[in-house]
Amino acid sequence: MAQATTAEPVLTWAATNAAYDPVMGLEVHVELGTTTKMFCGCTTTFGAEPNTQVCPVCLGLPGALPVVNEIGVESAIRIGLALNCEIATWCRFARKNYFYPDMPKNFQTSQYDEPICFGGHLDVELDDGTVYRVEIERAHMEEDTGKSTHVGGATGRIHGATHSLVDYNRAGIPLIEIVTKPMVGAGERAPEIARAYVATLRDLLKALGVSDVRMEQGSMRCDVNLSLSPKGSDAFGTRSETKNVNSLRSVERAVRYEMTRHAAILSSGGRVVQETRHWHEDTGITTSGREKSDAEDYRYFPEPDLVPIAPSREWVEELRAALPEPPGQRRKRLQGEWGYSDLEMRDVVNAGLVDLIGETVAAGASASGARKWWSGEIARRANAEGSDVVTYAESLGVGPAHVAELESLVSGGRLNDAMARQVWDGVLAGEGRPAAVADARGLELVQDSGALEAAVDAVIAANPDVAQKVRDGKVQAAGALIGQVMKELKGQGDAAAARALILAKLT
Amino acid sequence: MTTELITSTAAELAGLLAAGSVSAREVTAAHLDRATAVDEAVRAYLHVDAEGALAAADEVDRRRAAGEPLHALAGVPVAVKDVVVTRGLPTTAGSRILQGWVPPYDATIVTRLRAAGMPILGKTNMDEFAMGSSTEHSAYGPTHNPWDLDRIPGGSGGGSAAAVASFQAPLAIGTDTGGSIRQPASVTGTVGTKPTYGGVSRYGLIAMASSLDQAGPCTRTVLDAALLHEVIAGHDPMDSTSIDAPVPPVVEAARRADVSGMRIGIVRELTGEGYQPGVQRRFDEAVQHLIDAGAEVVEVSCPSFTHALAAYYLVMPSEVSSNLAKFDAMRYGLRVLPEGIDDPSAEQVMAATRDAGFGDEVKRRIILGTYALSSGYYDAYYGSAQKVRRLIADDFAAAFERADVLVSPTSPTTAFPLGAKLADPLSMYMQDIATIPANLAGVPGLSLPSGLADEDGLPAGFQILAPATRDERLYAVGAALEARLTAAWGGQLLAKAPALQAISTKEA
Amino acid sequence: MSELTRDAVAHLAGLARIDLSDAELDRMVGELGVILESVAAVQQAGTEGVEPMSHPLPLINVHRPDVARPSLTPQEALSGAPAVDEQRFSVPRILDED
Repeated sequence: MAQATTAEPVLTWAATNAAYDPVMGLEVHVELGTTTKMFCGCTTTFGAEPNTQVCPVCLGLPGALPVVNEIGVESAIRIGLALNCEIATWCRFARKNYFYPDMPKNFQTSQYDEPICFGGHLDVELDDGTVYRVEIERAHMEEDTGKSTHVGGATGRIHGATHSLVDYNRAGIPLIEIVTKPMVGAGERAPEIARAYVATLRDLLKALGVSDVRMEQGSMRCDVNLSLSPKGSDAFGTRSETKNVNSLRSVERAVRYEMTRHAAILSSGGRVVQETRHWHEDTGITTSGREKSDAEDYRYFPEPDLVPIAPSREWVEELRAALPEPPGQRRKRLQGEWGYSDLEMRDVVNAGLVDLIGETVAAGASASGARKWWSGEIARRANAEGSDVVTYAESLGVGPAHVAELESLVSGGRLNDAMARQVWDGVLAGEGRPAAVADARGLELVQDSGALEAAVDAVIAANPDVAQKVRDGKVQAAGALIGQVMKELKGQGDAAAARALILAKLT
Repeated sequence: MTTELITSTAAELAGLLAAGSVSAREVTAAHLDRATAVDEAVRAYLHVDAEGALAAADEVDRRRAAGEPLHALAGVPVAVKDVVVTRGLPTTAGSRILQGWVPPYDATIVTRLRAAGMPILGKTNMDEFAMGSSTEHSAYGPTHNPWDLDRIPGGSGGGSAAAVASFQAPLAIGTDTGGSIRQPASVTGTVGTKPTYGGVSRYGLIAMASSLDQAGPCTRTVLDAALLHEVIAGHDPMDSTSIDAPVPPVVEAARRADVSGMRIGIVRELTGEGYQPGVQRRFDEAVQHLIDAGAEVVEVSCPSFTHALAAYYLVMPSEVSSNLAKFDAMRYGLRVLPEGIDDPSAEQVMAATRDAGFGDEVKRRIILGTYALSSGYYDAYYGSAQKVRRLIADDFAAAFERADVLVSPTSPTTAFPLGAKLADPLSMYMQDIATIPANLAGVPGLSLPSGLADEDGLPAGFQILAPATRDERLYAVGAALEARLTAAWGGQLLAKAPALQAISTKEA
Repeated sequence: MSELTRDAVAHLAGLARIDLSDAELDRMVGELGVILESVAAVQQAGTEGVEPMSHPLPLINVHRPDVARPSLTPQEALSGAPAVDEQRFSVPRILDED
């Protein structure tokens, strides 16, 4: 099977969307963060030495039998409920039969036509506020495979490898597969919608606490199914499936690429091959994997070593009642509580600052103050370091409590903004808590009205022309005077008070 | 002394051991000696573990001397069918594909045998992956019937039945998917039980058909079977299909052996045409014995039983085709490189290994099962077969409204000559026609000797079936019948078997 | 329905990853044909409206708590392996991308 090493032809984005409509289907696999595997008691810790977390069951030794992990079932139900799915009253596991060296039994214990969750939806909010409803076909339980490392080839990939080394630590870890119904009507926003869906799903799963959903670590994986139909046609085109989509960025780019690739084929009168493709983040293209038309006949049948799962309605309602607030709903509520505009909230969300701001407010800061510091000053410094705010703050050991304290020093009149920024420098340099740093650096707003008045008088006297302009009604000119007053007070003056006093004296 | 030890029942040995009349080492050694003497002819064993068995025996003796509490069967040795996983002992399932494989874990039933202090003498021969009715499909050569060494000992558990019939072990463990404990018992003049599905843990049984397999006792008497049944049965959290309920009172039922007032149902579809006349005659006489013992006989009809064989040979190969996929040369077992290919791929090595490592019968069933499950055929084959199972279960349920147990000859024929049915797989499959329905429905069944057939002087078996979880009824009826028959014979049936000579010279 | 051509058997053998020789293939076609004829009877069994049965006993909801149990040591896990390297199972080169 020849692997294409040069990119196949693609149509321009404009031409693609002028002629075709995309239909997408996204399959997301979530690795649950349970303590043990789906069908045995081996631990699931990431990064252990090879083949140290295996037993007869997950190794597929002759004679071994599976026993279902009750938290695996519970997590599946909670995920289904969070996705507005119906929970089956009775369902079974099924064997999906195919051969592959990282499959210990050469069948995967999964679910076929009786999934535990089905018929749900997830509303996805895009950057501009548009909401797209993704219909969820099903969510079901299955198990992960072992991991192969391919040896001998140039790039560590299968192509050209001489042999492979298999570690079964990952085999048997619980997976929940979430499958969307065909996503139609996305048009040229398909890449954006795909990315937003995966991001929203990730936030939801994180809030549920069922997985650490780290795409880069493989605990959340996305396969993209895509087909194009000519504009105006109802018929679905032939689809391709793209794997190895390991980040949100890859999701968006892969959808976009496949749309243009399919478009090139169709517009030149060709037929899209139904196949599995591999996404390459470095080159931004997909290459052909296996032809899906010679698809394995998986010969599904109900798993005879397991008995049906029939979650009681009482249990399902208990789980439903205990679900955490959906992230989208929580964000709307907080936006209202914090009084942010839509744009302000979006910025905060996109920067991943919702939780930090929430904690800062809880520590006593005002919502606007919290946002000003996190989205403003701290974000600026983080960007200068090439980092994101959360990581930056974590690495320096500063957090909500520091920001809240700093804000209270400003709102309490002890510091002005310029001084606050200096204090912040000190905090980030490890000099201590804000109040301590202010003390150490002798930063304190001059509150002494006598000193202030003396300074104002001196400045007015030293700048008779500017003072006259203010008297004449040019209030803006006061700005220069304020600046001088601040210089007089070595920056420790209350600028607002100075302004008020200047105007009072001159107008 | 040795002869007495090896011809004693397990219950008798347990009594001698408890009384201190004999040591566990003596008992185990006697059986190991017997194996050395006769197994070259019988070939019941694939592997004898003298060292391990004697060490276990010594441990029992030590504990008894120290006054520690011991299980009733402690020190009574047992042979284990090679489809059961035993830590440290080679386990092959009668196949080349597992040649030399030494499991790193014990089956749950083995853990229970060890906990009871029962020395494990060795692993017994079987049809490859339990597929067969004659043990001729073992990759390691057939086992021979102790009654006539040119005949089959039944299958797939011919090794366990022959070991017990030739006094190489007082007890053995077998597994039964379509009759593989009961049919060998029938043709070797011994006793064998297939417990209710789920009654005995399957954890550690190399799977053939997951929804049909059960492990059970192979012995010379009904009481011995009950005693062994009790050791291995019971809920196992490692087996999701095991029943979470107390073991039925099988030993008590065997001891009481009381059938007065019991209704015995003769299944019309399981007697008559196709059954060897001598087998049928012994069956009819046995039924009369039960009437004399106070039971009542009714005739029942289970029409769906005529489809049982067909359903079985669809359900079983389907599950087999999936269960045997794990044998792929990657993690354990045989690895064979394809000929004439320089740098074979994993896929090619898998296919070459499976062709070399699996025998013909196994390949037939894998292909059949793959077909029955494949898309387009699922509904017609596997799907239909699972529906026929339901019909069979319903027929049993209806029959058990009218009878407390159902009875039939265990097998239509006595032991046939080695090689007689190899060319005709279907005629081999017909051996299980009476035993298969019980596996499909999950109900328990027991076979005990009904006597010798007139035409060939070979043993025939009497099969008793009971409702699911009512295994004790098997033992009540079995023990009652056994008592009467043994009295009529003037002793155990096996006493009439030709004596096995230790083979020291080959025939000229 | 009970006819199984040589090609069909070859395809099934491929699905089952068994490399049958030509002789084996020929023999298998004949044997399987006979078996299939007899099992095809199952379709005549009057199963209209009958629920399929996959378990003899109506057990449901068997599961275990999410609590760790001892694993095998790597030595035990690898003990039967045809080839081992770096504490992993060494397998010949894999053709198909997963």
